[in-house]
Amino acid sequence: MSESIVLNVNGVPYPVAIDQSRNLLSVIRTEIGLTGTKEGCDDCECGACMVLLDGRPVNSCSYLAVQAQGRTITTIEGVLEGDTMHPLQRNLLDEGGVQCGYCTPGMVMSATALLAANPSPSEEEIRIGLSGNLCRCTGYTKIVQAVQRTAAELAEPAAPAEG
Amino acid sequence: MSFTIALTVEEALTALARGARPIAGGSDLVVGARHGKAPLPDHLVAIDRIDSLRTVTVDDGGLAIGAGVSHDTIERHPQIAANWSALADGSALVGSPATRHVGTIGGNICNASPAMDTGAALVVLAATVELASVGGTRLVPIGELWTGPGRTAVRADELCTAVHLPSPPAASGSAYLRLEYRRAMEIAVVGAGAAVTLAPGGTVAAVRVALSAVAPTIVEVDGLPTGDLAAVGEAAAALASEQARPISDVRASDRYRRHAVGVIARRAVLAAARRAGGESIAVPVNRALGIGAAS
Ligand SMILES: Cc1cc2nc3c(=O)[nH]c(=O)nc-3n(C[C@H](O)[C@H](O)[C@H](O)COP(=O)(O)OP(=O)(O)OC[C@H]3O[C@@H](n4cnc5c(N)ncnc54)[C@H](O)[C@@H]3O)c2cc1C
Ligand code: FES
Ligand code: FES
Repeated sequence: MSESIVLNVNGVPYPVAIDQSRNLLSVIRTEIGLTGTKEGCDDCECGACMVLLDGRPVNSCSYLAVQAQGRTITTIEGVLEGDTMHPLQRNLLDEGGVQCGYCTPGMVMSATALLAANPSPSEEEIRIGLSGNLCRCTGYTKIVQAVQRTAAELAEPAAPAEG
Repeated sequence: MSFTIALTVEEALTALARGARPIAGGSDLVVGARHGKAPLPDHLVAIDRIDSLRTVTVDDGGLAIGAGVSHDTIERHPQIAANWSALADGSALVGSPATRHVGTIGGNICNASPAMDTGAALVVLAATVELASVGGTRLVPIGELWTGPGRTAVRADELCTAVHLPSPPAASGSAYLRLEYRRAMEIAVVGAGAAVTLAPGGTVAAVRVALSAVAPTIVEVDGLPTGDLAAVGEAAAALASEQARPISDVRASDRYRRHAVGVIARRAVLAAARRAGGESIAVPVNRALGIGAAS
């Protein structure tokens, strides 16, 4: 049965009329039109579909969209600061943590949740934080380095504002 | 299909009485439906916003965990890690951070997979499960909850509301570990939970061991001796292998599981005894001691 609900994605309320059995990933991509979140396995194994629900990671391919109403959903589009890349995105590029890029949105979401909960994670903690995200290309080392570098940057006191 | 969101236990029980099935995190229900294991129920009532199901209480009587408490809450709870360590070990092994965020203890035990990672811990920690319906509430010892793979004694109109664990006696410790082929997003090849109470001389005064992924349900090992720790560990290994009724599947043969569960049971007893002796071993034991992973 189709139901009208509102999903709050990246601070924007989106009214959608959807079948109650629809998964969150398909609604975000096809109804809302935000295609940064990827479908890899569609089976809750790979993490390409990772989004944040109230700041915590969820495999959106295997989560009912109706169950996300009233919650704050953040997708990869929501981590951009205006047109500027999030430091995690910049560091993934700089460190060579992106090859085909298919896993990257999910990696960024898991890493964002990790750094929010634990601003200075150990390497082991980073690997655990990313353990639900598969990458077929990079071998992970450079992804871990990008997260370490981001944590270090965010820990530095902000540069004094100019002027 | 219909989907409603309950904000109180009463609302959920009314929905169940009308034929709805509960969904907590959906990490078994939705994933299973997408696999074609069982279609999504026609009527679902979401219980993940019921605040009273999401609380952890520790008092003189012991520990009460709401059925809607997530694995990551259990994994991070300092008192659970200190006093009911095996449960924290089990929750910390579930899936990935995302799985632990959405997955609940109530969903884990009501889904009744023989490979579930909290079950053996709950058995050795003598848990009792609270089941509520519009007709009232009853308490069921955890060992009577599972009636087969995916089957429980929970009636269709009942909601699991909490899991109660008594405070362990002094000089006690517990541990749960599993044999795994990789460090995350894994299902136990075999698993074992153990709870040990030490006598003043360091010998074993009491011990319980339960096994996962080697029988249609979680099973407790019968006939364990007390006394010398090394001897108790050897007996646990022999009895676990003897009493296991494993199957062969893509993950392991029955013979391998029967052998491996003995090894894992002995390691669980020894880790529990170290904790009983006051040693602090981080949660989960698998990672802290590197004794579960095949690598
Ligand atoms: C990628 C992945 C990895 C996983 N890894 C592990 C693992 O390592 N170890 C492990 O043990 N499990 C694992 N699981 C299984 C699952 O995450 C856990 O069993 C989890 O605890 C289920 O909780 P839930 O809230 O998501 O359950 P749901 O899917 O919401 O519910 C499961 C079942 O229990 C019923 N139910 C839920 N709550 C209640 C209640 N309060 N009262 C009565 N019935 C109820 C539901 O109706 C349903 O039948 C994994 C799952 C996935 C998708
Ligand atoms: S697409 Fe969701 S986990 Fe792979
Ligand atoms: S960069 Fe290709 S899957 Fe990770």
